[in-house]
Amino acid sequence: MNYNWNWGVLFEEQYLDWLISGVGWTFAVALSAWVIALIVGIMIGVGRTLPTKPIAHICAAYVELFRNVPLLVQLFLWYFVMPEVVSDDLGRWMKRDMPNPEFVTAVIGLGLYTASRVAEQVRAGINAVGGGLVSAAYAGGLSTAQTYRFVLLPIAFRLIVPPLTSEFLTIFKNSSLALTIGLLELTAQSQQIAEYTFQGFEAYTAATVIYVVIALGATLISHILEKHTRIPGYVGKG
Amino acid sequence: MDNLDLSVIIDNLPFLWQGLQISLSLTALAVVGGIALGTFLALMRLSGFGPLSWVAAGYVNLIRSVPLILVIFWFYFMVPLALGRPIGSFYSALIAFVMFEAAYYSEIIRAGIQSVRKGQVHAGKAIGLSYWQIQRYVVLPQAFRNMIPILVTQAIVLFQDTSLVFVVSLRDFMTASSIVARTEGRLAEMYLFAALVYFTICFAGSIFVRRLQRAKTA
Amino acid sequence: MISIENVSKWYGDFQVLANCTSKVDKGEVVVVCGPSGSGKSTLIKCVNGLEPVQRGTITVEGTEVTAKRTNLTKLRSRIGMVFQHFELYPHMSVRENLCLGQQKVLGRSRDEANAKAEALIDRVDMLAHIEKFPGQLSGGQQQRVAISRALAMDPIAMLFDEPTSALDPEMINEVLDVMVELAQDGMTMMVVTHEMGFARKVADRVVFMDAGAIVEDRETEAFFGNPESDRAKEFLSKILNH
Repeated sequence: MNYNWNWGVLFEEQYLDWLISGVGWTFAVALSAWVIALIVGIMIGVGRTLPTKPIAHICAAYVELFRNVPLLVQLFLWYFVMPEVVSDDLGRWMKRDMPNPEFVTAVIGLGLYTASRVAEQVRAGINAVGGGLVSAAYAGGLSTAQTYRFVLLPIAFRLIVPPLTSEFLTIFKNSSLALTIGLLELTAQSQQIAEYTFQGFEAYTAATVIYVVIALGATLISHILEKHTRIPGYVGKG
Repeated sequence: MDNLDLSVIIDNLPFLWQGLQISLSLTALAVVGGIALGTFLALMRLSGFGPLSWVAAGYVNLIRSVPLILVIFWFYFMVPLALGRPIGSFYSALIAFVMFEAAYYSEIIRAGIQSVRKGQVHAGKAIGLSYWQIQRYVVLPQAFRNMIPILVTQAIVLFQDTSLVFVVSLRDFMTASSIVARTEGRLAEMYLFAALVYFTICFAGSIFVRRLQRAKTA
Repeated sequence: MISIENVSKWYGDFQVLANCTSKVDKGEVVVVCGPSGSGKSTLIKCVNGLEPVQRGTITVEGTEVTAKRTNLTKLRSRIGMVFQHFELYPHMSVRENLCLGQQKVLGRSRDEANAKAEALIDRVDMLAHIEKFPGQLSGGQQQRVAISRALAMDPIAMLFDEPTSALDPEMINEVLDVMVELAQDGMTMMVVTHEMGFARKVADRVVFMDAGAIVEDRETEAFFGNPESDRAKEFLSKILNH
């Protein structure tokens, strides 16, 4: 193995700037997409558990559709195909005038894709609460909306903190796919540094370390959340 | 959008089929390699011998923290360097996928092993089997039977993941579709077709998983 | 108060209720008993519409539970129900469990709800535990809280679905005592239970069910003194002779 080590390359101003800017875009894409994923995912997940059959079926179809097409294909559909299928004016605007098209596309694509995964967790959480408690809520005169608002959702969210953390981490990892539509996030920047400097080992190590730190941070937040939301004496479905 | 030209798909079917074959063989080989290495990692982790289980845990947690694309870049860079010669993008990609998926498979397998009741291990010990014999003849057969649906689900995820070899231009189905899309200037047709093909295969796979699960609980 | 007329119910092909007819008058206590799988729990869940029925009518205070246009939510807020597994909201303290329905359904103020909660919890000797969560209480304590939660809504009738069958033996009496007191205060009650001592003590009538049908529906004394059907005789001999 013949390799010239040069860790100093990471601290040269130009490449350090690239890395920092990459981290910035990774966070921007992941966090913005997470907001969409949570909002849409919760709606779809709750929808799947509703007694109204048409709504439940539509939500189930959403999950199947978004889960069974690779995220990469979805991003390309949003980026290359969407402007073609909308009205001419809107398509022209998307191609020419939409600000930051790579970023917007990545956020929407990643957000709606992750929503299908969040929806599955939300549904599993609601189902884990158990029918007895739902009967009790209805018997106590709560409406369906109140039963979700005061009983099902507060318990379900506590149950799904760990799997949701894992999804939160996954959205950071999946944000790397934005590089395929030209967004220079962390992975793309490390690849670019590797190409410019031939110091692939250093460049990829830098990106790896940053992703590991993000993962550790997410795990830490998860532990704090879990501790904070633990229900005294409650051990899940009885 | 009014003029979708489907002939572009038909004209290029042989080329796309070649791509799909690469995607499918990459998936198949990576599933086999990933499960083999994953089982090994899971057994290391549960061995009860400190250094072994730390190494396995460290590897699994490291791989699970980073994006697959970065892992693919890593191995594209590392493998030729380590071997001193290029080995072609298919094998670089295959090694990357095996190493990456093994981390995910090992967590599934670890959970599967832990789901086998302790009494089974005690019963094995009671008739004098060694640790590895107990794993081989008692624990793993039961664990794998329980895990089959999840392992298949993970294989479906892996099949979708293979589309990411796009970033190193290995001509899988995704890359092939993209090449046709660009050279023929037919982005909408080709990407919608790619989505349809992936959806059909993965949806069929998930129905198969559901059937497996029903067979298991019945 | 509660009237059940010719009620039948199926799960798919399987008939769980067969032409059941009975009633509970105001201030009356009716015990429903029978072997497991006889449909008694299903029947009581039909009374407040938790389970739909395919045939027959159930009315509570003139409101037809089985009619499509009935506002079930409103009706349920006036009927208390106690479950086998307590079903207290695990993420809420005892106090919050008692206040939720009062505030969100009946629209009472927080102070009003709190005052009512404290008074009811005091009556079942649980005032010291009012800030605790259900998971921190014993089964008997949880069931007493569950009864108070139902009473906080000022119900016109109470339904009990096997309220003591999930309890350890030493906790059964603390719950039955609360129920006896309630019966003696004149509450209208429909109780699914195997506790024949409780039935003898406070029930006005006993309904005996088997295989989804009501086999006997008689005054308590008559039922225990001289059951008519062989099935009731057999059931009583099994449950009493040990």
